[in-house]
Amino acid sequence: MQSEPILELDGVYTDIGQYHILRGVDLHVPRSTVTMLLGRNGVGKTTTLRSIIGHWRARQGFIRYDGMDITKMPTAEIARAGIGYVPEQMGVFADLTVEENMRLAAVSGPINSARLDWIFSVFPALKTFWFAPAGNLSGGQKQMLSIARAMIEERKLYLIDEPTKGLAPAIVSTMARALADLKRQGAAILLVEQNFAVAKALGDFADVMDDGHVIWSGAMSRLSESDELQQKLMGLSLAGN
Amino acid sequence: MTAAPEHTPTMVRRSVSELIVPFTPFCLVIFLICAGYLAIGIPSSWMTLTLSGLAMGMMYFIMSTGLTLVFGLMDVINFGHGAFVSLGAFVGVTVLLQLGAFSESPVLWQNIAAVLLSICAAMAVCAAVGWGFERLIVRPVYGSHLNQILVTMGGLIVAEQLIIVFWGPEEIYFSRPEMLKGSTEILGATVEKFRVLVVSLGLAIFAIMRWVLRRTKIGLIVRAGVEDREMVMALGYRLRLVFVAVFIAGSALAGFGGAVWGMYQEVITAHMGNQALILIFIVVIIGGLGSVEGCFIGALMVGLMQNYVAFLAPKFALLSNIGLMVAILMWRPMGMIPVVKAK
Ligand SMILES: Nc1ncnc2c1ncn2[C@@H]1O[C@H](COP(=O)(O)OP(=O)(O)O)[C@@H](O)[C@H]1O
Ligand SMILES: [Mg+2]
Repeated sequence: MQSEPILELDGVYTDIGQYHILRGVDLHVPRSTVTMLLGRNGVGKTTTLRSIIGHWRARQGFIRYDGMDITKMPTAEIARAGIGYVPEQMGVFADLTVEENMRLAAVSGPINSARLDWIFSVFPALKTFWFAPAGNLSGGQKQMLSIARAMIEERKLYLIDEPTKGLAPAIVSTMARALADLKRQGAAILLVEQNFAVAKALGDFADVMDDGHVIWSGAMSRLSESDELQQKLMGLSLAGN
Repeated sequence: MTAAPEHTPTMVRRSVSELIVPFTPFCLVIFLICAGYLAIGIPSSWMTLTLSGLAMGMMYFIMSTGLTLVFGLMDVINFGHGAFVSLGAFVGVTVLLQLGAFSESPVLWQNIAAVLLSICAAMAVCAAVGWGFERLIVRPVYGSHLNQILVTMGGLIVAEQLIIVFWGPEEIYFSRPEMLKGSTEILGATVEKFRVLVVSLGLAIFAIMRWVLRRTKIGLIVRAGVEDREMVMALGYRLRLVFVAVFIAGSALAGFGGAVWGMYQEVITAHMGNQALILIFIVVIIGGLGSVEGCFIGALMVGLMQNYVAFLAPKFALLSNIGLMVAILMWRPMGMIPVVKAK
């Protein structure tokens, strides 16, 4: 069982309205590893994560998680099976305080204080603003809260969508350290990331998407070593990094 | 609440204006009361009108709070909400009449018990009917506002006709419990006793709702769900179940409001919910769709405005509330306490 991937997408087709956005996504996320989901803007990375958590429904294909078929499972049950989701827009509840956001994220009971201590050590800002409305946080702090919410209970898999987008370099490295910490704890992460330095530092495996399906998949090191491959798979979007 | 982390969290210093801004809607109610005083000029009349405005405001609040949450949580426009006001009034008054011995007794606590029992009956029946209404009428039209408007309006008409089938087409006149009739003197102003009871009930409901929304997990889920439904589900909550619970609670509260309103007027008709619906919508829009606090303030303002204007310029009573709505929407297009929606 342990060698089986924690997450497996098999020929997933997802439509948004009348548009065919995903056209047969095949994807494996091995346990306890970081798998990067890469590709230019608009190729369907976010749609892939949303299809996994059940916000969009696959029209065709299968999504298996930890030995279960979750393709048609209600979103709430998918989450409770141990998937933490950090959406691209962060999904922070602005009207709730940081504390309330965290308490809500602790689905199965009161907040575990050991985990909370760990989170505070990774993101000290959250402790400072514990009783402040989350709407008053800066963009970086909201991102921290969004990840912290996913971390507050034990998960087998994290789906994290562009956690460093638009953040100052200092905060990017805080984020990267947090994700490295998560990985050390033994969770698997499916990470969408445009910052190639971060991707290179964290990723074990990479899947590159284009036009609604995965066009390349392999070890992250192979991709990061070969400029030619990057150029071919992702065009100029990574050259700047 | 989780305990605060051991180190005391530092509170962020904020400027005075930032601290005041969230309270401007509350200040508006005070402002309206003061303006009413200046315009009316006669302290005792002003006092009477203010209390009666607050009492009506409380009833509007109780009747509309369910509607605002139902819309905020699931984007459902429910015109059927008015049916629960009528239903609550009929059930409540029927029970009150059955409790004749209590309600005619000269003992205050027995009178109040009669009122509370009638309200409980109204809430119970409306909750049960609300559950069925959600399943049969609202559930099939998720996601389509046009269908919701058509279908729930249909539901409202059918419900009115059913009330006529059960209770007959005539208006029902009755009188309030003995000790709650007439008025008493407070600080030189005559105030109707029943209004004092209504204001107390309204404040109690508001306090309970605030407590539930701020302090309980289900309250957190509701507040979060109003902002961003998808994220609440992605955290692992079955929002559908929460929504059904909110729908039922909202219907029960509409019944509560209807029962109290019926006793306030001492006459009930099958159409009273339909008539209240306009004001309920004004209240909900003024307050900001999805905001219980906004709904509370909006309801008080509508109630006060209606009473002041009815005294000063009787012809403009309903017009004044529409004017109030337009003015508030020009100031804050999403209502007084706008709800931050995701996306
Ligand atoms: N809500 C939506 N409605 C219509 N099209 C959408 C919607 N969301 C995304 N798309 C389209 O789907 C494609 C993939 O989007 P997305 O998954 O967000 O890409 P990525 O995350 O890789 O940048 C894009 O072409 C985008 O325009
Ligand atoms: Mg994206």
